[in-house]
Amino acid sequence: MVGDLMPLDIVGLEVRRRGKRLLGPITHRFGLDGLTMVIGPNGAGKTTFLKALHGIERISAGDLRWATSPEDAKGRQAYVFQTPTMLRRSVRENLAYPLRLNGVRGGDLAKTCEAWAERINLSDALERPAPRLSGGERQKLAIARALISGPDLLFLDEPCANLDGSATADIERMLADALDQGTRIIMTSHDVGQVRRLAHDFLFLHGGQIREAGSSGQLNDPQSIELKSFLKGDILR
Amino acid sequence: MADIWDGMRAAFWLIVQLDADLMEITLRSLHVSLTALLIACLIALPAGTWLAVRRFRFRRAAIATLNAFMGLPPVVVGLIVYLLLSRDGPFGVFGLLFTPTAMIIAQVIIITPLVMSITHQAMRELWSEYHDLLISLNTSRSQRVRTLLWDGRRALLTAALAGFGRAIGEVGAIMIVGGNIDHVTRVLTTAIALETSKGDFALALGLGFVLIGLSLVISFLTHSLSQTERSGRW
Repeated sequence: MVGDLMPLDIVGLEVRRRGKRLLGPITHRFGLDGLTMVIGPNGAGKTTFLKALHGIERISAGDLRWATSPEDAKGRQAYVFQTPTMLRRSVRENLAYPLRLNGVRGGDLAKTCEAWAERINLSDALERPAPRLSGGERQKLAIARALISGPDLLFLDEPCANLDGSATADIERMLADALDQGTRIIMTSHDVGQVRRLAHDFLFLHGGQIREAGSSGQLNDPQSIELKSFLKGDILR
Repeated sequence: MADIWDGMRAAFWLIVQLDADLMEITLRSLHVSLTALLIACLIALPAGTWLAVRRFRFRRAAIATLNAFMGLPPVVVGLIVYLLLSRDGPFGVFGLLFTPTAMIIAQVIIITPLVMSITHQAMRELWSEYHDLLISLNTSRSQRVRTLLWDGRRALLTAALAGFGRAIGEVGAIMIVGGNIDHVTRVLTTAIALETSKGDFALALGLGFVLIGLSLVISFLTHSLSQTERSGRW
């Protein structure tokens, strides 16, 4: 249940590297459900922010307060990286990997993998080496691999960067399905159209700080000049 | 030039006639070097991978030392093992000096750093590729090591072959700890050294060609068994 994981309160979160502040201080509450879109120009700190939330980027100051213990929270999230890492194994083994870590074996394992392969149209490619899939197939496989162990919270970093329309549509459908199943999603995107299609609420980062946050409706009425120009497609510095 | 032709002819006849002595020496060579390789791999593959995955204080120093040990002079290793195993030495009671076991011990010491260093190099690259994913999936350290060992198994084959090459062609250490005793510790390399010093170049060369042939056969065998170069990059 997402209910005993979220909401997530972050308080005074900061990430510093070599004396330079990359992120923060950020204080924000991520609500119970839905899809939160983290938007902003390149270098705004979106990836650092997501990684810090997921716990794979060292936090220099501040707190993450889950509704549960940090250890429990850690085991219930999944992360899809901007360039998906394919294990040098078959598609089947890539899907099976997180399940095996959780101790799933035998018939259940095979059945679950095949069901997910079918959902991402890779049923015929189960035995193919995953590193040789196309970019879109790889991204879909990475998302399936993240979802296969049923996480309550899913992070995605630019899942549709460099993908064509049909692959993007497939991925958006996967995300919509995951949302229907009750998965909480926090993702980044460059694509203003995608933000409008998917976001329930948003968070606009610029220079490592939150400039604006609100429900998706507020995207039609941006308050800050930076968000206004970002949504118009202007180049932000 | 005539010596080389004689050597080739000698090698040919030795092999065709399945010369009993040659067979015995060759099998002992294989036995000693393959056993040493097996033990070295059991130590070096997990240890090399662990070294790639783990960050600790003296990591840099450990890697530098390891790389230096790759060039460990076999004669010195032989000497030290000799002293350890000799009757007055700390392990003298086991009576291992001048046995194949002593030769295996010496070779394990010589090739473990080599196999470990090559493993570490290969695993470091794979780890930088897998790092984020495996951390994100909450894997334990032993799960990470096992994943890397499995997915990097082709590179590990190269490491093992390099170790085998060094072991099978090594003469300095096994000469000292084995003693080159006929029917007990004589192997291809020590036999070659002996025949050369006796002036029997034809036989020495013949044994040499057998040795090279052996390395080739092993290398081809492992590559075809593991199907490298057949299915793309991995």
